[in-house]
Amino acid sequence: MTALRDAFLSALVALGLFAPLVGLVTTSGDHGLTLTARPIATAVVVGLVFFGRLLTLSWRGRSRREATAANRAFAERITRAGKYITPVLLSAAIALPLTGSRYYIDLGTLVLTYIMLGWGLNIVVGLAGLLDLGYVAFYAVGAYSYALLATTFGLGFWVCLPLAGILAACWGVMLGFPVLRLRGDYLAIVTLAFGEIIRIVLNNWVSLTNGPNGISGIPRPTLFGLAFSMDGGPGTFGDFFNIEPQVIQRIIFLYYVILGLALLTNWVSLRLRRLPLGRAWEALREDEVACRSLGINVRNTKLTAFGIGALFGGFAGAFFATRQAFISPESFTFMESATVLAIVVLGGLGSQLGVALAAIVMIGGLEALRDFLSFLGDQMDSPVFAGIASELPQYRVLIFGLALVVMMVLRPRGLVSGRTPSVALTKVKEIAPDLVAEGRG
Amino acid sequence: MLTVSGLTMRFGGLKAVDDLSFEAREGDITAVIGPNGAGKTTVFNCITGFYRPTNGAIVLSHPKGGTFQLQRMPGHRIASAAKVARTFQNIRLFAGMTVLENLLVAQHNPLMAATGFGILAVVGLGRYRAAEAAGMEKARFWLDAIGLTARADDPAGALPYGAQRRLEIARAMCIDPVLLCLDEPAAGLNPRESEELNQLLLRIRDEFCSLLLIEHDMGVVMRISDHIVVLDHGKKISDGTPAEVRADPAVIAAYLGEGEEDEVPA
Repeated sequence: MTALRDAFLSALVALGLFAPLVGLVTTSGDHGLTLTARPIATAVVVGLVFFGRLLTLSWRGRSRREATAANRAFAERITRAGKYITPVLLSAAIALPLTGSRYYIDLGTLVLTYIMLGWGLNIVVGLAGLLDLGYVAFYAVGAYSYALLATTFGLGFWVCLPLAGILAACWGVMLGFPVLRLRGDYLAIVTLAFGEIIRIVLNNWVSLTNGPNGISGIPRPTLFGLAFSMDGGPGTFGDFFNIEPQVIQRIIFLYYVILGLALLTNWVSLRLRRLPLGRAWEALREDEVACRSLGINVRNTKLTAFGIGALFGGFAGAFFATRQAFISPESFTFMESATVLAIVVLGGLGSQLGVALAAIVMIGGLEALRDFLSFLGDQMDSPVFAGIASELPQYRVLIFGLALVVMMVLRPRGLVSGRTPSVALTKVKEIAPDLVAEGRG
Repeated sequence: MLTVSGLTMRFGGLKAVDDLSFEAREGDITAVIGPNGAGKTTVFNCITGFYRPTNGAIVLSHPKGGTFQLQRMPGHRIASAAKVARTFQNIRLFAGMTVLENLLVAQHNPLMAATGFGILAVVGLGRYRAAEAAGMEKARFWLDAIGLTARADDPAGALPYGAQRRLEIARAMCIDPVLLCLDEPAAGLNPRESEELNQLLLRIRDEFCSLLLIEHDMGVVMRISDHIVVLDHGKKISDGTPAEVRADPAVIAAYLGEGEEDEVPA
């Protein structure tokens, strides 16, 4: 009974909130703006809140232990499944261009870019436990490094890629110095500000970066010197292999480039985790004071985490620049940092597989939801849904946000939340997430 | 081997340690005891570089030569160069890492030196493999010494309290210290665990390094120490062998509160 009353109250609050937000819409008619009411949409939202509240209350009714046990069982299942998920994902990633669909390959490229960024940030946030809200800064440094080096000095992508990475790593270390003594919220705020500073500098240093107009005409990468140009002249990919030059060839090539870069990121982070440096990062996340008492140079260890994390951000940035052929500061807003951080947190701090899954869900899932909603909208041709059907895809971010909230309530430590030890005497046993520290900077 | 002279540590208006001088000899177990708030942990934090003393000198001389002015060194160098290891009053293990990983993190510096700035080891070259094997061997030795070999792959946070205490000591020993500083190692142990700890500490003294310990458990202190320094209100009130200290009226006064403002026996 109390549950019903509670749900009713929630619905009442939702009505008060959404009646003006969802229930009223301004449309520009013949006589200027007119107000149209949308009772059905409001009823749907309020109804969702009502039943959602009932559902959460009934779920909370279960004993806490039962919920934890279910969670633990799920974690174990996912870890065991991880052995199979990884090769399946990898072969799917390699086989994706065989579909020949430009849409899927482009989407795959986008997802892989975010996976790579997620893995890069995972080093800083997941392993070393340093909350970084300005990761996009390194993405931007990488992108602008490549764009400027390529357009000014005419250097190719493969020469600039390491340079862009190294420059980004230098900026990572530079950010690292002032934040060495900061932890938690303070660290987050300073890194956030750093991200904004980079963007604002890019926006205003017009003589170097061309300001908000951005840099265009960034050269595309070549395959061992073979360009992917459409004219099919000598020294191009099409000419060398004697095939008709097509745009899709370049798209597929770019896809494999980012796949390779992402796998490189993954391989290096997995390798580092088993080396003293990676273990020191994790020890730093667990207990900084103990690290110091064991003779670990905390300053250098933190700086390497920032530097190596930024290195991969820089690689991803250079790839972004070459793929888009045009960059402007608009692409490097806080939203990007937030998305990448959300991917890392949703995936489970420190988990490589989790980050990959989370990126697929967050980036690919959002796209899939758009398709699904427009399909659903097409089916709803009854006049009752007149106002909603066509606008349904616009609600995808809202639905997605709700899904993320629910997800984090159910699995607060992310999709893959356990920690796999880096070394074992006899048998590797997964460590329960409640023992693993999240790091406070 | 460790000479503390004129050590003073001031926190604002409070003198936590006041002109303290004592010596810890090589091959000894030196105990620092005293009532609550006497400044024992502050002395420890000064020696291990967590505090910078207001005044005074802390000089460590290695048995194989070389002296270190500990009051001038940054914290991590005290562990890595001067080879002073420590444990904490409230255990500070890496709870989310396995027992074995805890012991390997402690060997960070020698292992890191073998990775060739990390680059060689990432691609699997260089002498890291051999260094890691040696590190594992040392970890195995200490696992065996503290009786935790069977639990090597369990997270440190899941161990029972007594085992966590022993693991913290083993972790500190993995940096190959010449002086091991223990902050209340017997706190919270039952009599059997306490006895095991005594055996471990005596073994460390005989085979590995000198020890400096803070302890409340008089049973442990009197049984294993070679030399005791008694502090009260930041000052040294007694210094000598267990028998001498036990008989010292100043110590009895400090512990029983004789002549102090509150007459409650401790």
